[in-house]
Amino acid sequence: MKEVINPVLKNLEEEEYHINMGPQHPSTHGVLRLVVSLQGEIVKSLKPHCGYIHRGIEKMCEKDTYPQIIHLTDRMDYLSAHINNHAVCLLVEKALEIEVPERVKYIRTIVDELNRIASHQLWWCSFGMDLGGLTCFFYGLRDREKILDIFEESFGSRLLHSYYTPGGLMMDIHPNFQQRVKDFIKYFRKKIKDYDRILSGNVIMQERTRGIGHLSLEDAISWGVTGPSGRGSGFSCDVRKHHPYAAYDKVKFNEVLLHEGDTLARYNVRMLEMRESMNIIEQLIDNIPAGDFSAKMKAVIKLPAGEYFQRVEASRGTLAVYVVSDGNKSPYRMKFRSPNFSNLSVLDHISRGCKIADLVAIGGSLDLVIPDIDR
Amino acid sequence: MKFSIYDFTSFTQWVDQTLRAAMSPFWAVLIEMTVIGLAFLLFYALVGLILVYAERKVCAFMQNRVGPNRVGPYGIFQTIADFIKLLMKELVYIKDSDKLLFNLAPFIVIIASFMAIAAIPFAKGLHAIDFDIGILYVVAVSALGVVGVLLAGWSSNNKYSLIGAMRSGAQIISYELSVGLSLLTIIVLAGTMQFSQIVEMQSTGWFIFKGHIPAFIAFVIFLIASTAETNRGPFDLAEAESELTAGFHTEYSGIKFAFFFLAEYMNMFIVASIAATVFWGGWMPFHVNGWEGFNHIMDYIPPFVWYAGKTAFVIWLMMWIKWTFPRLRIDQLLTLEWKYLLPINLVNILIMAFVVLMGWHF
Repeated sequence: MKEVINPVLKNLEEEEYHINMGPQHPSTHGVLRLVVSLQGEIVKSLKPHCGYIHRGIEKMCEKDTYPQIIHLTDRMDYLSAHINNHAVCLLVEKALEIEVPERVKYIRTIVDELNRIASHQLWWCSFGMDLGGLTCFFYGLRDREKILDIFEESFGSRLLHSYYTPGGLMMDIHPNFQQRVKDFIKYFRKKIKDYDRILSGNVIMQERTRGIGHLSLEDAISWGVTGPSGRGSGFSCDVRKHHPYAAYDKVKFNEVLLHEGDTLARYNVRMLEMRESMNIIEQLIDNIPAGDFSAKMKAVIKLPAGEYFQRVEASRGTLAVYVVSDGNKSPYRMKFRSPNFSNLSVLDHISRGCKIADLVAIGGSLDLVIPDIDR
Repeated sequence: MKFSIYDFTSFTQWVDQTLRAAMSPFWAVLIEMTVIGLAFLLFYALVGLILVYAERKVCAFMQNRVGPNRVGPYGIFQTIADFIKLLMKELVYIKDSDKLLFNLAPFIVIIASFMAIAAIPFAKGLHAIDFDIGILYVVAVSALGVVGVLLAGWSSNNKYSLIGAMRSGAQIISYELSVGLSLLTIIVLAGTMQFSQIVEMQSTGWFIFKGHIPAFIAFVIFLIASTAETNRGPFDLAEAESELTAGFHTEYSGIKFAFFFLAEYMNMFIVASIAATVFWGGWMPFHVNGWEGFNHIMDYIPPFVWYAGKTAFVIWLMMWIKWTFPRLRIDQLLTLEWKYLLPINLVNILIMAFVVLMGWHF
């Protein structure tokens, strides 16, 4: 006779229970739903449920022209909007074999790095808040505001810029741009020490993150964890270094690599990257060459039939764009390899056996942006 | 009758004698109790409102913000407006929750904090009851609040609440030890548990100066442990809004939520009062032994101003800690208590006993 086991009773025997973290939970940073299986406070396993903010961006791309697609990429990882735009622009330029002016390359690099700093600042705010240090949130936002003001002055918008166009830029930079960026870097070099004082140097924060959510180098590679999260495990995956684009081959910078693989390492990678980004900007900001802000482009952009691939280093990892074109003005198929989706997939693996509070810290250290996961 | 803001003893005795002369002792005591109860209720609500406003302003200044600044001058009526809003909000009842316990929980929490006020000396001769075991009474009563928190978590029928309540149970019971032991250190020095005597003994110098090193260690431990006992950050694991949404009071709405909120602030006020009374001399002005002129000038500041100032200082310390530190994890919280604070405390009591025996205190 077959024994019937009531799944509820079976769970009771194992003393496991499930809680829904999200889609409306303060520390999932959006509409991510994690079904967490718990034993007491210990996480046994978790299952991410995506799709609460799925907008079908890849499908929409198949009906849009390439300049229109740029506006959609803003809405994926809205915190690194410039870098998303950059991926599509580089792909179109590569397919059409257009050489963009040096000025464009320099400006794009500077703006990308500013965007990376702004994104890491917001990550720092929310990571502090995940750990319960609410004051961090306001410190980070205060400094991010300075970057957004620079963006607003030059490009007319603060979050979804769509500043890059295939072949160049929408418009030239504002005359104040260089001075304001220099002022900001001077200001932020002072303020980032405050960040260290209030959170990095705090013994509670270090104890809560050290050794938690360990991700080994092998796992990071096999799960495809890129960006600062992967570099915290020693995975050398910086596209800027390995496949330089824009002006990255003209600047000297270090790829930040730490080998501990825990939450603290991922935290430190981002803190060091902010400093590294400032170094990059400082090398370029005074040397922007004169010239056009855009290459000559045809009114209607049609990619020759074929397959194209381009990747860039977004602030959360490798963003790759893959396009199959049949020679029309819109792509036949467009696929984004978003860093957050791969980074989310490893969450279950590294958070097993830790506590709920650790789960929040690990989730914060992976720096997930939910619209980028669902697209 | 001689009324003076420096000594309320003659005033309270005059009230008592007049009442007893006019009616039977039973009615006199009944009227006194009613008046004192009403006065405390008013005081309770007032202090709660002031503390909520103070916390919002303090945290705003620490976070580069302005804080409430729209309702009334400097936003001083903001908390009153919030309170009216909470009064008018719907009370949401949760399906399959334990109705009786669910409704009872906020009252237990608020009664526990309300009872503790009775023993606190606000000024000379201005306290409801002067127990000879005052410290023991306050420690015992304030520990009752955990029952309400546990009930709230259990009866809400919500897993987040339950986790929060369980954390709170482990936390408050653990830190109760440290609060008790750090107060015991001062009892060793004072030789009494009666608040009025403890304050009187500090007329020649506050205990934190008199008992020098062991008293200071006891104060730091008391500050840490009482912050944990009142469920405030960085020990607010029972709420832990980034992990458990709002912990044990997730399902409470309207005025019942306000009760938990008020109780939290009042608990903060009570532990700050005890810290001020036991370590910083309560309403006793700052005296230095031998400096007669200086002591005389200090005596001109009314005792309740001294008391309020010291309490405000301790409250500010607690707010400062809350808005700068990230939250601990539950195992780290218990490690801190059982592996560090408790042994330090036990050794500290021995040191204090030694200091008292050798007469090394001032």
